[in-house]
Amino acid sequence: MIKDGKFGKYGGIFVPELLIPALEELEAAFLKYKDHTKFNNELEYYLSEFAGRPTSLYYAKNLSVKLGCKIYLKREDLLHTGAHKINNTLGQGLLAKYMGKERLIAETGAGQHGIATAVVGALFGFPTDVYMGSADIERQKLNVLRMELSGTRVLSVESGSKTLKDAINQALRDWITNVETTHYLIGSTVGPHPYPEMVKHFQSVIGLETRQQIIEKEEKLPDAVIACVGGGSNALGIFSAFLNDKNVELIGAEGGGDGPGGRNGATLTYGTEGVLHGSLSFVLQDHDGQISEAHSVSAGLDYPGVGPEHSQLKVTGRAKYVPIMDKEALRGFELLSKYEGIIPALESSHAVACAEKYAKKPENKGKTIIVNLSGRGDKDMHIVSQKMGVKA
Amino acid sequence: MKTRPDDIQTSNKSQSLETYDEMFKRLDEKGESAFIPFVVAGDPDFETSLQIVQEMVRAGADALEIGFPFSDPIADGPTIQAADVRALEAGMTVQKGFEFIRKIREFSDIPIGLLVYYNLVYKMGLDQFYREAKNSGVNGILAADLPPEEAADAIKSAKKHGINQIFMAAHTTSNQRLKNISKLAGGFVYVVAVMGVTGVRSQLDDRTVDLIQRVRKHTPLPICVGFGISQPEHVEKVTKAGSDGAIVASALINLVDEHLEDRNLMLKQMGSHCLALKKATKEKLP
Repeated sequence: MIKDGKFGKYGGIFVPELLIPALEELEAAFLKYKDHTKFNNELEYYLSEFAGRPTSLYYAKNLSVKLGCKIYLKREDLLHTGAHKINNTLGQGLLAKYMGKERLIAETGAGQHGIATAVVGALFGFPTDVYMGSADIERQKLNVLRMELSGTRVLSVESGSKTLKDAINQALRDWITNVETTHYLIGSTVGPHPYPEMVKHFQSVIGLETRQQIIEKEEKLPDAVIACVGGGSNALGIFSAFLNDKNVELIGAEGGGDGPGGRNGATLTYGTEGVLHGSLSFVLQDHDGQISEAHSVSAGLDYPGVGPEHSQLKVTGRAKYVPIMDKEALRGFELLSKYEGIIPALESSHAVACAEKYAKKPENKGKTIIVNLSGRGDKDMHIVSQKMGVKA
Repeated sequence: MKTRPDDIQTSNKSQSLETYDEMFKRLDEKGESAFIPFVVAGDPDFETSLQIVQEMVRAGADALEIGFPFSDPIADGPTIQAADVRALEAGMTVQKGFEFIRKIREFSDIPIGLLVYYNLVYKMGLDQFYREAKNSGVNGILAADLPPEEAADAIKSAKKHGINQIFMAAHTTSNQRLKNISKLAGGFVYVVAVMGVTGVRSQLDDRTVDLIQRVRKHTPLPICVGFGISQPEHVEKVTKAGSDGAIVASALINLVDEHLEDRNLMLKQMGSHCLALKKATKEKLP
């Protein structure tokens, strides 16, 4: 490896020996193409023509009046496939093409990353296999169908908790077996180096646009940038442009689940240091180091690990991480739908709820807040309808 | 000092434990390679897995690989995953794992290698984990997800506590890496015979023989081959290719899985398969 892939002490390459050469090859390709003019021109073409970039930075006037702050929404929800995930899958899909790989594999929890991988598989002509826990397949049948319509094979994972972490385990096992021909398209800023750095790079387009847009609109930087954090890719995507601006507060909203002491996905809040899926970071685990099952109303935040760079941002204090409980997220969901006519994904609803909490503090009155609206809520209607007692 | 089947009841003190070096030397003089069966500690429960180890030792195991069960074993196929689940559900913990090793030391002094995932080590703290491993009678530790790049602290703890840090070599491992691994490793080099995860395969990968010979060229350490080694003919083949040992895991765990309802039959099958596997190590070329 050229780099050690560490963010402070977090990150690294904690993988079986078989995968090391593949990580070396991937790192070399990433470092070669990330500043490569032809590659970037092609990526930019697909990001704008296929995915719909740039996305707007929308001034949420009604919500701003209600909360007494200036609230802007970075509209990643308007992208093709309905979330920021496509930024990364286009980037890695194109990289796999440049590397001459013959096949894509990916993991998915609720299905959003699976869908974003499936459409890129169709776009670039890769046979694509997506691993998905059998419990998630049962909960997300329509998303399975979406992937299959794009020609992707969805492979059911029966082991462990039958959810996202087990889908990642199984994708890693597939990669170990087929490493010479296959690119493993990881969906977040997790996994061994170079994934956390690479996924952040492909998501940093969110931050680059946002920074320029807010300066155009406000002629100054925001006071706070708020994003939800599962693995943490949309958050790092938008945070990346503000890391050196010490006066901009960076706040990550974690899946607080049932709240303190209950089931949750708030790895940075309730977790401890550990090694999972190739990197040292915070994880939810028991006394022995067995990984716990995570829980959040939002499938995208339902992961017992978190990207290693977030661990570093937490321990250095550069970013703050706040657990948002399921019921608070649902309130955020209703709030944005009602006041702005924008139905957010349940993941992004955590960021909305977090912004509401932030705005309600007297010392924050009148501040300018950017919320990364990472995805739209269409995919979550069946969950919300159950919570609201509406038969869908 | 060696425990053979006939003096199996003898209790041994830790200072008389056989080292990997001594074991390989002893076998080399007899023209044999090492038969090293693997067991997940606590699968399907503590007592039964201890009886399984007794059967293995009685059948002539030259060393043991003991796996501590982990919730997310990414290098393992379905067989060992299922064994990990059984062991965890039966209440296995890291502390009970060390207790398991101590129990084995009551009847055997052959080398014991621990096979773990790194988080179990990291969570306890490296110094404590290696100390407890040493005190319970462990000779070597291999963390499946700890490549040499991340192993500086583990190697330090291993040296401090007199444990062999074992590393893997695979088809994808370059000659330069092999040289590095050889410098850092103790005990033996664990050669991964397949492109893939653990599990039974009907055929040995054709490239395994080439890999054994390539690893041999780049390390003075003994070589043991694992992953996909299930039948006596596989053991014979890797032995003839120059391997110093064969590690058999999933094929033996399948016997556990198949006979969960009949423990006596399970142990009997374990014994007879291990006998056949050990027999196949007696064909080493000079």
